[in-house]
Formats: sequence, structure tokens, C-alpha cells
Amino acid sequence: MQYSEKVMDHFMSPRNVGEIEDASGVGTVGNAKCGDIMKMYLKIDDNGIITDCKFKTFGCGAAIATSSMATELIKGHTVEEALKLTNSAVVEALDGLPPVKVHCSVLAEEAVKTAIADYYQKIGKPVDFEIEKSDHEE
Amino acid sequence: MKRFVYADNAATTPVSREVIAEMTPVFESFWGNPSSLHAKGREAKAILDSARARIAKVFSCQPSEIYFTSCGSESDNWAIKGAARRLAKKGKTHIVTSAIEHPAVLNTCYALEKEGFTVSFIGVDEFGTVKMDELEAAVTDKTAIVAIMYANNEIGTIQPIEKIAEIAHAKGALMFTDAVQAVGNVDIDLSKLKVDMLALSGHKLHAPKGIGMLYIRKGVVIDNLVDGGGQESRKRAGTENLPYIVGLAKALEVAKEKLADIPELERKRDRLIEALTKLPYSKLNGHRTERLAGNVNVGFEFIEGESMLLWLDISGICCSTGSACSSASLEPSHVLLACGVPHEKAHGSVRLSISHETTDEDIDYIIETLPPIVEKLRNMIPLWEEVVKSGKV
Repeated sequence: MQYSEKVMDHFMSPRNVGEIEDASGVGTVGNAKCGDIMKMYLKIDDNGIITDCKFKTFGCGAAIATSSMATELIKGHTVEEALKLTNSAVVEALDGLPPVKVHCSVLAEEAVKTAIADYYQKIGKPVDFEIEKSDHEE
Repeated sequence: MKRFVYADNAATTPVSREVIAEMTPVFESFWGNPSSLHAKGREAKAILDSARARIAKVFSCQPSEIYFTSCGSESDNWAIKGAARRLAKKGKTHIVTSAIEHPAVLNTCYALEKEGFTVSFIGVDEFGTVKMDELEAAVTDKTAIVAIMYANNEIGTIQPIEKIAEIAHAKGALMFTDAVQAVGNVDIDLSKLKVDMLALSGHKLHAPKGIGMLYIRKGVVIDNLVDGGGQESRKRAGTENLPYIVGLAKALEVAKEKLADIPELERKRDRLIEALTKLPYSKLNGHRTERLAGNVNVGFEFIEGESMLLWLDISGICCSTGSACSSASLEPSHVLLACGVPHEKAHGSVRLSISHETTDEDIDYIIETLPPIVEKLRNMIPLWEEVVKSGKV
């Protein structure tokens, strides 16, 4: 199994690792039993723009790299744009993932959407989108 | 300073210079077919006979009890399928094995289940030792073969093979042991060890990949797996891989000599075990003393093994993990699960398998390099905050 240079770069120097204390939305997906947990923190301003985004991940190289890439892809974008983030866009941005690791990108998409759903609930907006579950959910 | 440390000798070993030196003339000059009647063939046949005799001497058995195969997996398949199919004709349709066997044994047993055999998979205790009471209860006069590995490839636990053989023989079953990991670590004297069959593989002891062996005790008859010409007493067809057979003979002789250095290897292993199990939330997997001399397997909680393996690799250290993320099946190690290690902890296991070539400086380097990686990865995980907050660290 070979990871791309991009994956290794994001694994070795992950972007936006950490927490946001007063986050507008937080999403945790995956579980320890399966070996993958992602926690995504979003800071969203009054115009619906994601001004900051941080993550913490327990998981393999691909899980860390997809989390990192997902934060880069949504930071500075609107919530609506972030909702359009697909797992395949994350895979593409990383120059591909080994087939057995594609589920990690699904987890990243799921983490972003779960954090946005949390934000919607906090501001009293109905959650009008579906979250595709990765095969890591039991 | 960065070093390169190969600590994955349970996966494979480099071919040693002395083995290469022994094989080279066979490639260059003695390329004849041992079955040919002419000079080139007779020359090759003499080398083949000599290699077999040398190996017989290493194990204190008869040359005619040694059968060359292509690998450990083939030896495992042949021993179990050959014995089961032969003994089924006598109404023995039951196989006893353990839950922690190598896939070459487990998947052979699953294949035989499809042929109608019943298989008992004996459990192990938390240290990976086969539960003897469970084994004793499972073996009956319907049991064709008891197949238990000599030592486990992941956690290094050495099984009480002699006792297991006694149990098998008491019920008239054949005893087979997969000794792929044990050979070179444990002195195996087949004039004393009462096993009926024993499998080994060359590339775990500095011979090349692609050569294996099955010992079949005189008088034990099993069905063939590879039919064809008259090689290997008509029991395993195929033109002999003479250079590798000679390489295997040399590797086994060297491994036997190096048994004297096993205490030194154990000392290095124990240095690693002590240093790594001092880290918070770490635990040795496998048995503390009944353990292969080069095997270290430590479970780190709140660590995912593949990310640890990647960082160690970046730092020049080659090792392996029982994490699901390192396998195509996305299931963690069946060995650790059988030992009762929960899924979330099985993901964080790292196996370092050292050899006689591993130096104290290599051990120092691992001991210096690994702890900061553990800390770095733990600081990146969501659970860790809670562990730190709860004051557990």
C-alpha cells in the first residue's frame, strides 16, 4: 500500500490540528472500536462564512490526512459551500487514496456535515441535508 | 541522528552473505536437474542429497523425513490437508487447531470445513498460550490431526508443544506444528520432540523467499498435495529448487550455531520491552517469558497502529502493527482479539521483531524515537483531552 506524497505531507504536517473553545459547531464521528474518530470544530461568522476550522483525529495516516485536507477545503468558505464537500473531492485533493482507505474520506465528509448540523441546531435552523454514514458506524 | 533499523524480522529477513556464498556456485555451475542420469544431473543429485543430510543433522532426524516445499504456507497446507484427507478414509474427520494460528493454517482449516471436516479452534489465555484443558477436551478418537503453531508470529508466545503432542497421541491423532517462527529461536531436536510433522520457511532465517520444508516422521503417511514426477520420494512433485535448498541447509546450520547467542538477543528484547512498557497506557502483548527471543509486541492505548508505523518508518524504523487500518479486511489482529484484547486496544499494537544483527545502538534509537511519536499522536486525538482532564495521566 502506497500513500501519495500529498497524503504523506498532510499526515506529517497536518493543517489546523486543535480545538476551538467557542466553536459554532462541533461534530464527532467514528468510534474507537473501529480505530477511527474525527472531531471537527467550526467557527462561523454572521455571514455564514467558516472563519476557522480545527480538528482532532484518532486514526490511521489516511484518517489524519483526510481530516487535514477537509479543513483546508472548507476554511474561508460559506456553510453552503462546505455542505457541497464530497468525500471524492477530498480524495482528489489528496491525489488519491488506496481503495481500502476511501472510507476515511467518507468519515471526513461526515465530520464536516455533523459539525454543520450541530451549528444549525444551535442557531435554530432545520437540518435540511443528509449525512452519509461511513462504513465505520456500527 | 537518524538511523535505519530493520525490526520486522518476523515478516522476513535479509538473505545472509554466507547463504548467498553457498548458493552462488549452485546457480553458476551446478544447475543440472537432479533427476537426470547424466553427469550434470548426478552432480546436482549429490548436492541435493548432501543438503538433505545436513538439515537432518541439524534436527537429529533422518534425511528421508525431510521434504522440500516452496514456502511455509505450502508446508502447512500439505501437512493438514494431506493428513486430514488420508485419515478421513479411516473415519477420522475432525481437526484441532488454535484460534491464533497463521492464516495459512486457519484458511486451510476453513477450506477443509467446506469438504466436510469439523474443526475445533482452541482458545488461548491472555498471554496467548493455548488453553490445555480446552484442547484436551476437544481431542477425540475422531481427531485426525492436531495443528498447533510452535510460536506465534505476532505476539511471540511459545506453546507447550511436547505436552500438546502427548495429548494428541493419547487419542491417536497426528501432531503437526507450524514452526516457521520458532526455528532459529528454539532448539528443535526431532529425536526427542514427538511431533509427526513440522513446517518451516527459509526466509524467516536468512535464506531466500520461495523455499520451505515439511518434516514428516517415518511411518506417517499423508496424501500428496502436488502430484507429478518422482521428486521428494514421489510425495511432492516439481524439479527441486537446488540453489535455495542449499541456501536453506546453510541457513539452518548457521541458525543452530547462533542458538548460543539467544540469551544475548533476549537481553536486547528485554531492554526494549522494559523501556516501551514504561510509557503510560502501554502493555506487553503475549507471554513475558515463554516468548520468542526477538519478539516485542506492545499495545499502546489511544494510539492507532498504522499512524505509529508510518512515523516510525519516516524515522527509519521498519516494524509492523496489528491495527485494522494496516489490513485490507479492516479487522484488527485475530491473535490479539483471541487473547481478549479489546478492538480499541488491538488497533494500537506495534510489533518489533529484532534479530542477532540488531545492535544495542539500534535498540537505543528505537527507545529514543518511539516515545515522542506516541506523545505527538496522542496530542492529536479527541479522546486524549478527556484522559488528561480526568487526571489519569
